[in-house]
Amino acid sequence: MALSSTIYNTIFKRTSTFALACGISAFFFERTLDLGSETVFEKVNQGKLWNDMKDKL
Amino acid sequence: MAATVGRICGAGLLKSANGASVTQISSFSTSREWTRGRKALMGTLGMLAGGTGALLFALDRSVKASDLELHPPKNPWSHDGILSSLDHAGIRRGYEVYKQVCAACHSMRFIAYRNLIGVSHTEAEAKAEAEEIMVTDGPDELGNMFKRPGKLSDYFPSPYPNEEAARAANNGAYPPDLSYIVDARHGGEDYIFALLTGYCDPPAGAVIREGQYFNPYFPGGAISMAQALYNEAMEYTDGTPATASQLAKDVSTFLKWTSEPDFDDRKRMFIKAVGIFSILIALTYYLKRHKWSSIKTRKIEFKPRN
Repeated sequence: MALSSTIYNTIFKRTSTFALACGISAFFFERTLDLGSETVFEKVNQGKLWNDMKDKL
Repeated sequence: MAATVGRICGAGLLKSANGASVTQISSFSTSREWTRGRKALMGTLGMLAGGTGALLFALDRSVKASDLELHPPKNPWSHDGILSSLDHAGIRRGYEVYKQVCAACHSMRFIAYRNLIGVSHTEAEAKAEAEEIMVTDGPDELGNMFKRPGKLSDYFPSPYPNEEAARAANNGAYPPDLSYIVDARHGGEDYIFALLTGYCDPPAGAVIREGQYFNPYFPGGAISMAQALYNEAMEYTDGTPATASQLAKDVSTFLKWTSEPDFDDRKRMFIKAVGIFSILIALTYYLKRHKWSSIKTRKIEFKPRN
């Protein structure tokens, strides 16, 4: 429980740190989601995309 | 209104339920059960109404079956899946087909050379493609129009200056602009493929006039475009065997891209939306359970006073 109380005291307790944490985590979350969905798309369509064929020209 | 309801349901709905039994109260229903005769009547009426509707629908469809139109068969396109992108090598070959075969008669006014970059051509290649055409620009400082080699921002050239010229050169038929043709025709890319490969001899009775050809997939059958794609009609730069069906497939893929340049982005956005909404749904479900847990586990006790 020490970890969760540390997190609570440093981040969630004050609105200022909470809002900052929201902003920063949103940045990382969106980057992760973008990269993840792009990876899925490229995996599904391997060999059909421009990036796959441009080296063979 | 009240009188009508009363006449249909009996007075049960309207009267205060004086002698109502406990079971009636518990099921919250004050209407009386239907008698066997009434159930049979209603059942017969319902079946009659449904049957009449089905008959009318069938008659209507049988009238429509008189259209002499051959619908294109569905082909297993590589971009058919819900996550599948367009085949970009196919788009590149399709551009070659368009440029060497279709562009002789068909314009493509809404696609610019810059649109090819990162889809089927590198920037240098797209520039080279653009420089092959001459574009009328101007006016210069003397007020004269002048010709210059094309730039990336130029749109594909039109074979005819206007529709009248196109009709005059093509026996009165106007070769449609191909920019959005896949979205503009029933059947989409299947139709384009079937049309390009579907030329055959006219059956007995088909009226084909001078300068027309028979194609069963074209509404009416008489088309003013001659068969354009034959085996080895051209050569691909990437060495793919140029059979007629390969040419038709590639140009259909290319036209699919020109009609829906956002195709791949839409698939990407779909994957992203599925990802974020599955997180949000899980979150919403947890939050609902969390908020309702105190209410759902609550017990209400009834204590009579005596």
